[in-house]
Formats: sequence, structure tokens, C-alpha cells
Amino acid sequence: MPDFTVSSAFQSLQKKLLLAGFCAFFALQVMGNEAPATAHGEDAKAHTEAAGHKAADAHAAGGKFSPGKMIMDHVADAHDWHLFGHVSIPLPVILYTKSTGLKVFMSSAFHHGEHPHEGFRLTEKNKVVWEDASNTEAIYDFSITKNVFAMFIAVGAILLIMISIGRASQRRAGKAPRGLQNLLEPLILFIRDDIARPNIGVKADKFLPMLLTIFWFIFINNLFGLIPIFPGGANVTGNIAVTMVLSLVVFITVTINANSYYWKHIFLPDVPKAMYLILVPIEILGVFLRPFVLMLRLFANITAGHIIILGFFSLIFIFGAMKPGLGFAVSPLSVGFTLFMSLLELLVAFLQAFVFTLLTAIYIGMAVEEHSHAEHH
Amino acid sequence: MELVSPSLGLVFWMLVTFSLLLFLLKKFAWKPLLTSLKEREESIENSLQQAENARAEMARLQSQNEALLAEARLERDQIVREAREMKEKIINDAKVIADEEGKKLIARANDEINKQKLAALDELKKEVAGFSVQIAEKLVSKQLDNNAAQQALIAEQLSQLTKGQSQAG
Repeated sequence: MPDFTVSSAFQSLQKKLLLAGFCAFFALQVMGNEAPATAHGEDAKAHTEAAGHKAADAHAAGGKFSPGKMIMDHVADAHDWHLFGHVSIPLPVILYTKSTGLKVFMSSAFHHGEHPHEGFRLTEKNKVVWEDASNTEAIYDFSITKNVFAMFIAVGAILLIMISIGRASQRRAGKAPRGLQNLLEPLILFIRDDIARPNIGVKADKFLPMLLTIFWFIFINNLFGLIPIFPGGANVTGNIAVTMVLSLVVFITVTINANSYYWKHIFLPDVPKAMYLILVPIEILGVFLRPFVLMLRLFANITAGHIIILGFFSLIFIFGAMKPGLGFAVSPLSVGFTLFMSLLELLVAFLQAFVFTLLTAIYIGMAVEEHSHAEHH
Repeated sequence: MELVSPSLGLVFWMLVTFSLLLFLLKKFAWKPLLTSLKEREESIENSLQQAENARAEMARLQSQNEALLAEARLERDQIVREAREMKEKIINDAKVIADEEGKKLIARANDEINKQKLAALDELKKEVAGFSVQIAEKLVSKQLDNNAAQQALIAEQLSQLTKGQSQAG
């Protein structure tokens, strides 16, 4: 097969040439960019600084690229769901004020903040305020925002999946699981056997529905958050309101179910009375600190992941704004890093759901733990 | 700051959604799922237990069978041994009886023979005595002058005697 080897050798040579060409092209571009900088020194620096200022200023008018603003826009909540370019899904705005009562209209009425509607105005930071700035009446905003909508989608998906599994388990009672049931059962068993039961003990099964719901809510929302396009991409579990409610649920569960030993441990610990002055405040603080840390951990981890991925992408446009070729040169690196981070986030998505559930189980376990009176501490 | 200040709307919707999710999942997903998992676990455990029991039962039956078999074998051996012993005993007994019987028969026969012999001897003695008397009578009746004739007479008488003897015998 001499013919074949020759042609394949030729092909590989072609590839190498192509690669070399690319490298040369990017190198030239970079050098071309650097050349004037070295030549003009101070002048060039002044120029880029000016450009930076201009970008920040110009953004209000929808001009130059500002990574900070872009990232914050993506990470924060919004009143409409931006798809691409100038296309976005309008979402319902639900407002309540004492003077106007309940107001419901679509966010498209604001025209991306350009137009006021019924006396309300959308700010740059996606907040609804009075058009009349002097009005200080409180606005209660119950809008179906991007995060709420994304949460609805994720919750719908969870309900669909889990109820179908629940039904399958009843329909195929006594038979081997298969399909989706077979796929997800190990995770459910993992939560039951490796999270709930070892940490809570005999009462584990009572708290299992809540632990499972928390786990799947966080896990599915984390995964949806990793999908860059609709219906994913919203930063639901990286929103402090969401994690706050989750940890509030944990706090309430722990407080309601805590037994006398738990309270005794906080208010009357088995230490000399003089130590109460230090220990009791610490214990009381701990009661609130635990859910607080739960809230912060999930929020910070997921938001950080989103920010890093968006940051890597921003590199392309930051360099591209300097010179288009530079943007192309950076893009393979940027895409590579983003890919790596996305895979890492996939792990984090599971890990954070797992950690939240595990810590919840531990807190519940601490609260419902039975101690025999003979036991001495 | 915007990032870490929870918005009222989201808190509200999250509370509503999560409560609903918890309620629906608990009722329609976790309950049937966990029950079926528990049932399956129990059925697996039961099946394993049953298998274990069956195996134990099998082992018990097997050992029982073996014991029975060994017992049967022992019994058979015993029966065979007994039969063999009985056979030998019977043969021996028969032999002894036969021997005794034979001996008795022989003894009886000997007795008979002796008796017969004695009877025959007695008879013979009587015959001989009779013959002797007859011969003596004949001799006496005839004239004992002729020596030669006497001799012939004696011979004739004797031959007659032996003939008669052989005829009688």
C-alpha cells in the first residue's frame, strides 16, 4: 500500500503546515499589537486606559464590552430572560404597593429599561423603582424573574422525573428496576444509606423525604445552571435568596425536631457554671451559624463557578476589543479553560448538593440524637 | 452588594415552590419509591433467608438420607451375615444330624448284621447238627461194610447238602 502511506503522510504534512500557519498568524498578530506599545510606551498605556474608561462609560448606551457588567448581569437575577442579541423572553412583573395595589404586566413593557410603565421604571441593575424618584413608597416585587422561572422549569423537571420513577416503582413492584428508575435509584439509596442513616440514626427515614428533596432541588438546579442556553444558565442555586430559603427550611426542621438533649446541650452544658458565660453564647451563635454557613457555602460555590466560566469567556472579548486577532488567539485557551471549568462545575454541582444534604443530615442528627441518662460526658 | 441581598420576590417564590415540591415529591415520588425499595430489600432478604433455610433443609435431609443409608447398609450387612451364619449353622446341624443318623443307621445295620449273623450261625449249627444226624442215620441204616460205597455215600450226601444249602441260601 505505498500509495496510501504517501497520501496519509501528505495529509499529516498538510495538517502540520496548517497548524504552523495558524501559529505564525497569531504570533504576527501579537507582535503587531506589541510593536506600537513598545515604540510609544506611555502613549499606548494612556490610550488603553482611555479605552477602558470609554468602555465603562459606553456600556450604558450598549456600546463596548465590559466583563464585570456582563458577568454580574449573568449571575444576578433579571426581569427578562436574555437569549441572544436583542432577543429575550419577557417575564411577568408582579408588583404590589399600597397605593396602586397589585400590578401585573409583562417585562417587555419596560423595553429593557428604556420605557417606564404605569409609573414604574426598570433600573440598570434590573430593579423596579418608581418613575418618580421622589416617591419613597415601598414596592413589593413578586415578579416571576429569570431565576424564579428557571426554578419553575427545574422543579418541573424534578417532578416529572421523580413522579415517573415513583409510579414506575409501584407499577413494577417486586421487579427489577430499569431505565430512569435504575439510573437514579442508586443516588437515592446513596442518600438514604450513606447520608441519612449514618448521621441521623433510627429516625433517619422520617427526614428522608426532605433530604432527598433538598438534594435533588440543588443538584438539578446546579446542572440546569451549567447549560449555557435556555432553559439553563440561570444562577438559581447561586442566588442568596434561594440558598437562604433552603437553609431556613433546614433551620426550621432542626428547631422543630430537636429533642430536650439538644436544648440542654445549648443552654445547660455539662461544664462548670462559670463557663456558661462563654459557652452558652457560642452555642446559641452556633445554632444560627450552621444554617447561615450552609446558605453561604452553596451560594458562593455556585456563583464562583459561574463567574469563573464567564471570566474565561470574557478574556476572548477583552483581547478581541484590543485587536480582533488577539481575541482569536486567546479563544482556544479560553475555550479549553472553560471546558475544564465546566467539567469541574459538573463535579461541583454534585458535590455541593451532596455537601448541603450531608450537613443537613448531620445537623438533624445532632438535634434528634438520643442520649441515655447513664452516659457521662 | 446586590449579589448578597436576597430579593423579596425570589424568597417568596422559592418558599412556595420548595414547599410545593417537598409536598408533591413526598406524596408522589419518595413515598412509593422508598416503600418499594424497602419492600424489595425485604423480599431480597427473605429470599436469601429462604434460600439459606432451603440449603440447611437440604443439608439436613442429605445427612438424614446418608444416616438412613448407612443404617440400611448396616442392617443389610447384618442380615447377610446372619443369613450366612444361619446357613452355616443349618448345614452344620444337618451334617451333625446326618452324621448321627448315619452312625445310628450303621450301628443298627451292624447290629442287624450281627444278629443275622448270629441267627444264621445258629441256623447253620442246627442244620449241620440235623445233617449230621441224617448222615449218621443213613450211615447207620446202611451197612458199613463197603468202604468205597461209604465214601461215595458221604460225598453224595455232602454235595446234596451243599446244593440244598445253596438253594436255601
